[in-house]
Amino acid sequence: MVKPIGVLALQGDYREHIATFGAIGVEAVKVRSVEEIDACAGLVIPGGESSVIHRLSATYNLFQPIRERIADGLPTFGTCAGLIMLASEILDKTDDQEPFGGLDVSVRRNAFGNQLDSFETDLEFSGIESLVHAAFIRAPIVERVGKDVEVTAKLSDGRIVGVRQGNVMGISFHPEVTGETRIHALFAEIVAAAR
Amino acid sequence: MTETKPNQPVVASTLVKRGLAEMLKGGVIMDVVTAEQARIAEDAGAVAVMALERVPADIRAQGGVSRMSDPDMIDGIIAEVKIPVMAKARIGHFVEAQILEALKVDFIDESEVLSPADYINHIDKWNFDVPFVCGATNLGEALRRITEGAAMIRSKGEAGTGDVSEATKHIRTILGEIRALSAKTDDELFVAAKELQAPFELVREVAKAGRLPVPLFVAGGVATPADAAMMMQLGADGVFVGSGIFKSGNPVDRAKAIVKAATFYDKPEILAEVSRGLGEAMVGINVADLPAPHRLAERGW
Repeated sequence: MVKPIGVLALQGDYREHIATFGAIGVEAVKVRSVEEIDACAGLVIPGGESSVIHRLSATYNLFQPIRERIADGLPTFGTCAGLIMLASEILDKTDDQEPFGGLDVSVRRNAFGNQLDSFETDLEFSGIESLVHAAFIRAPIVERVGKDVEVTAKLSDGRIVGVRQGNVMGISFHPEVTGETRIHALFAEIVAAAR
Repeated sequence: MTETKPNQPVVASTLVKRGLAEMLKGGVIMDVVTAEQARIAEDAGAVAVMALERVPADIRAQGGVSRMSDPDMIDGIIAEVKIPVMAKARIGHFVEAQILEALKVDFIDESEVLSPADYINHIDKWNFDVPFVCGATNLGEALRRITEGAAMIRSKGEAGTGDVSEATKHIRTILGEIRALSAKTDDELFVAAKELQAPFELVREVAKAGRLPVPLFVAGGVATPADAAMMMQLGADGVFVGSGIFKSGNPVDRAKAIVKAATFYDKPEILAEVSRGLGEAMVGINVADLPAPHRLAERGW
């Protein structure tokens, strides 16, 4: 049996991620325990509030296991709050917030301002032919990238909104709410290659 | 990479407004009246805070006209937390909404908990860049609010009571009406639209999708982790807790427990664990004991 992709379902738009994988014929399930994560071939950290995702993962003893599995090479994909949680360093975090890590990057939480500064735009994405329509909702920005990190997407002003390091992908925006399936397909390929 | 030039960014679109509501799903939004309470709420794992002058239980106890909060208080809460900050405007009071937008709150709640400013019209929410959440007791009301531009709906319940029965009634009513709508044939939807007093296109969209086009939260009377989990099991996307936290004996632990209950809503063993040792719940008022003029859910139409 092929293992599905797990979507961390502590808080946020996890159902939209599962539906996006479903639209391209990839099985995805919600995960809220170590056992459920270990039954999966890849992990998605969805959009939501990163401080809430951190707090709930810490409370239910998921934080350290997730951190270890990512470090051990579990393919992982984070959108928005998920990108924040995959950074090696969070800027503008709440006092006790810690990331899972996986990407050697510094990410600034809520970098554009408040909700009135949220926006949608089109951008180029490494490995995808035509433009990707992207929704930035109180979104983070990657302010520093380590030497092993590939930049996969930038805004027209050059700010970095997509990164990949090995089997770990992070983006500032939400393909799961715009009907964009190609980035999820790229992640599904990473997962398939790692199986 | 292609040579195509990206379009200019678009702000305040329907996608961007509803998008924030989507990100709050599975979370708990807590009423706070001070920056200190906002800090407690964020530390407990609230996904957003609702800044207001008095919690509904106090509005009920003290009476009088209830209005938008003081801008200084809202500024103080925005400065205190990283999570989104919501604030309430009176039903139909579009200038209170303009002020809240100028204060750069992340979401406005056009709320029946405050005294209505207009007994005929709600705010034209399309005129604003900030997203709105509105209350509803049934599907028709929810669809009318969405037609006016609401990016999130919360069932009303009966705020400030700690009695969850009205919240139960309203979420069951809205979701039951959606299920009934989905069972109708195309030609029956014209009459359904007339009965719901909502635009046909939106009625058809909801019938086809089997859900509202915006997230549906529950509010009004949630006081315990079990209440929150029940609302999630009934099909809510998330929960608002008003008086239930800061009118209880142990707000810190109760806030944390309700947050966990919203995530592990279908795991009774975890719900049992988080329900322990929370001290007194808010005292509460049975909705049946409230004289009809004091029922907030009947405000708005």
